Order: sequence, then structure tokens, then C-alpha cells
Amino acid sequence: MAWFALARFARAMITILVVVGFAFIVLRLSGDPALEILSNDAPPEARDAFRSAFGLDQPIWVQFFDYMTRIAAGNLGNSMREGRNALAVVIERIPITLALSVPAFLINVVIGIPAGILAALHRNSLLDRGVMLGAVAGFTIPTFVLGLLLVLVFSVQLGWLPSGGARSWHHAILPVLTLGAGGAAVLARYTRSAMLEVLGQPYIRTAHVKGVPWRLVVYRHALPNAAIPMVTIIGFMLGQLIAGAVLVESVFAWPGVGRLLVASVVSRDLPVVQCVLFLIAVTMVTSNLLVDLLYGLLDPRIRRGGQA
Amino acid sequence: MLQQSTSEALTSKPTSTRPRTPLLVHMALAYLAVFVTTAAVAQFIIPYDPAAIDLKARLSPPIGWGGSLAHPFGTDELGRDMLSRLVLSIQMSVSIGLGATGLGAMVGTSLGFIAAHLRGWIEQAILALIDFQATMPFLILALAVLAFIGNSLAVFVCLLALHGWERYARIARSLAISANAQGYASAVRQLGAHPLHVYWRHILPNVAATLIVSMTISFPEIILVESGLSFLGLGVQPPSTSLGAMVGYGRDYLARAPWVLMMPSLVISLMALSVSLIGDWLRDRFDGTLR
Repeated sequence: MAWFALARFARAMITILVVVGFAFIVLRLSGDPALEILSNDAPPEARDAFRSAFGLDQPIWVQFFDYMTRIAAGNLGNSMREGRNALAVVIERIPITLALSVPAFLINVVIGIPAGILAALHRNSLLDRGVMLGAVAGFTIPTFVLGLLLVLVFSVQLGWLPSGGARSWHHAILPVLTLGAGGAAVLARYTRSAMLEVLGQPYIRTAHVKGVPWRLVVYRHALPNAAIPMVTIIGFMLGQLIAGAVLVESVFAWPGVGRLLVASVVSRDLPVVQCVLFLIAVTMVTSNLLVDLLYGLLDPRIRRGGQA
Repeated sequence: MLQQSTSEALTSKPTSTRPRTPLLVHMALAYLAVFVTTAAVAQFIIPYDPAAIDLKARLSPPIGWGGSLAHPFGTDELGRDMLSRLVLSIQMSVSIGLGATGLGAMVGTSLGFIAAHLRGWIEQAILALIDFQATMPFLILALAVLAFIGNSLAVFVCLLALHGWERYARIARSLAISANAQGYASAVRQLGAHPLHVYWRHILPNVAATLIVSMTISFPEIILVESGLSFLGLGVQPPSTSLGAMVGYGRDYLARAPWVLMMPSLVISLMALSVSLIGDWLRDRFDGTLR
């Protein structure tokens, strides 16, 4: 298990390194900063002075090394719009995003999993058809379309709920519903197909035929074996807690990380964009790592196999 | 998952008892046919110049909400004909989808073949890139690139081509590794063929079916990402228009003229729904374990 965990950890670190490298390369591709910041007719001496002040005259690998040390120290520069430390600008938005994404995640799990299990247990019944139709509709409608539809109905037509902003908990209802509906639909589909696959296995039939009550067969035999694909998708959703709300935050003018990212992209506030990019990379990689380790705990075959 | 089962679908023989194709699937296929055909003949069927401004007919409603035959889907804030704009948007979205899917397939497949051919540390580097791409949410990467490099239609298509390249790379690599172990590839190689010739003329045709299935999955996904980015105002830029850009534009008239937003929303949602229905049907149809 220790080797298994260590190997996964190494892979996670490599992925983060690639993200950092990606940001560095794209940043260099975006043009000569000396030309961007100074005007085009600045004298060559001024450009050279600028380049040597920011280390741009160093060989590329020295620049990369400098860049890495600065990032490792948590220094990503100042936001160009707010003039404050970019990391601080991003961090203060995280709780605002989590206020949407955590309740939405709970909705995903509390509605999605039971709906999927019920649909699988009553395969081809009216209930199954209904759940699956809802699920297909829930994940094929793009989130920004669903969000705007909800605004149209509940804010414009009925006037019950505010259409945007974040002043009270009323403002969170529509965005949480929008985020929750899509995720619950995805989870219901995965749960249903995972359960159906397990329910078709010989050991389920054996348990059933030897007289184990059906309820116990489901809880003891089917659910634990259906857990692996479900853990995968739930882990993915955990990783999306910060990254998954970009469109929804934009629809509802919710001042979280996603909206900050979009605003920073529009104004090309590169330090903030980099910060968000790294933050999301770290959350995604961490949740993937947790899922991998959980696999090992759930399924002894994976951790003994080492390479799975 | 879909990808795996549909790729099996192409290789496994259909069973003799053929269940009737459900009506919904027929409808989905018909919708997609209309969607793609509309894109192909857009220039010939638009009733108005989509940029023509008619301020006297501003925000006129569609048929069914008190509108007239002159503008069956209504008009927008500047009196531009919604039907014409919708048709052109479909064309733009489909073209971007096709371009990006094709480009992504080429890049991904080539990288997969390179990994399979060279092995060693280059293969490891490509695998690390695949890991990276699979880990990061595509929308975030796309936003980061747009922030750094700025936007133009060419950049935008290249960017969307990055969506899904890791899938082709993964498939192409594993298929090429197994193909290299088979007789036909080594036979041609021993006859003195150049590696490029072996991959292009002999291995590619043998793995094309799986790659094409993968492309049909990528295509609607790319259209959805394109819509999302254009909705944010970071994708297709005016005066060009795409489905997502129309939704983003219509958002400002949500209260006064909801049809401006509803039409493109409906077109995108039905497209995604159709693809998903067909995919599910194919899986149920060909995956014997689920029947």
C-alpha cells in the first residue's frame, strides 16, 4: 500500500509540474513583455534595462528556475487590476464559491445516488424511465442555458427570487439548483449503470437464490461492488468544487473564483489567472489522488496489483 | 464509457434478434441531420442578410407570440432577423466543431503514434501530457490560454482542438502498439518501408474505425465548450455569431424579449440531447451484458 500511495503521489506531483510548465510556456508565447509594457517606440536601451530588471535576458532555463522558486514561495506577483497580492485576491473568493458548490455537491449526492439505485432496482419500470429522462435532460442542457431558464421562470415571470448578486441566501437558491441539477443527473446515470452491471453478476444471483433477503443482497453485495465507479465520479465532482462553477457564477453574477477568472481573462490580469489555474490544478490533482487511494482501500486487487 | 462501448459496437456483429429502433432515436437522428444540413446550406436558405438592421421592426416577437410571417423567429434589439442569425450561428458552431475535431484528431493521433513508435522517455513525456490534459477541466485551460494569447478565430479553433486530443493519443498509442506486434506491420517493415509509410498506409486504416467513433463523441462536446466560451464573450467575436454568442447576447433582453435567448438555447440543448439519446441507444443495442 505504501508503494502504491507513493507512486500515485509522484504522478500527482508530475501533473502539477506540467501545469506550471504549461503556464510558463504559454506566458512566454504571449509575446515580449518588454514590448507589451513599454511602448513600441521606447528606446532599445530602455527595453534592455527592462529585460535585465525582470531577468528576461537570462537563458530560458534560468528564467524557468526563477519562476519555479517564486511559485514555490507562493509569490505569484500582484494583481494588475487591484494592485494587491494575486494569491490574496484569489483566496478571498474561495469561500464565496464554496458557498455555492458545497450545497450543490450535497444535492448531487443526496438526489443522484438514491435516484440511480432506485432506477437500477426497478429496471424498465415507469420510475426508471422517468428518472433516466430527467437525468438525460439534466445533463444535456448546458448549465448556462438551464440557469437562464430558471431566471426566466422564477425571477422574470414569477418574481419569487433574485436573478443575480450575492447579498442574501435567497440569491444562492437558483445558482445552487442549477449546479445541483446537472451533477445529480450525471451521478444518477453513473450509479444506475454501475448498479446494473453489478446486479447482473453471478454472485448476486447466487446470494439471491440461496435465500438472502433481497434488501440484504442489495446493501451487502451489490452496493459495495458498485462503489468504485461511483467513487470515481464523486471524486471528480469534489475536484470540480472550485472549477465547476465558472459558467453558473457568470450567469448569476456570483462573485466567486469563476467570475474572478472570467473577469481577469477579459482584462488580461495574468497573475490572477495563473493563481486560479494553479489553485484548480492543485484541487483536481488532490481529489484524483484521494480517489486513487480510496480505490486501493476499497478494492484489494488494485493495491496489490500496483499498476492498475 | 460511451466511447468504449461504441467502439465495441463497430467491431461486434449485431445479434440476429433486432429490436425495433425507438421513435425517440429516429427523432434524434432526424434532428441531427437537419442540424448539419442547415449548416451546409446556410447561405442559400437565410431569408435576410443577418447583419441587416431594421430599427422599425426591433424586438418583434416570433410566430405564436403575436409575430408575423415576415420574421418567423422574431427580431433582436437592432431588428436583425433571428432566423437568419440562428442559421448562420449553427453554421459557425458546426464549422468550428468540425475544424477543431479534425485538427484535434490529427494532433492526438500523431502524438499517439509517435509515443508508440519511439517509446522511451518521449513516450513518458507524452503520457504525462495526457495525464495533465485529463486532469485539468478544459474550460479552465481554455480561459487561461485566451487570457495569455488573446483571441482570434484561428486561435480559438486551435484551442478547441486541444479538447479531446488526449483521447485520440491514448487510443492511437495502444492500438499502434498492438498493431506493431501483428504480422502485417512487421511484414511491411521488413520489406523496407519507411515508418511513416507503415503508420499512414497500414496502421492508420486499421485503427480508423475506433478513432472515428471517438471523433463523433468529441464533436458535440466541442460545440458545447464553444457555446460556453462564446456565451462568456470570450469565444466567437462580433460581428460573427455562434449559438453560444447568441445566448449571451439574448441574456440582456431576458425580460423584454426572451425569444432572442430561447431559440439558440433550444437548438444547443436539442443537439446535445439527440447525441446523448443516440449514444445510449447504441450502447444498449450492442452491449449484450446490459440487455
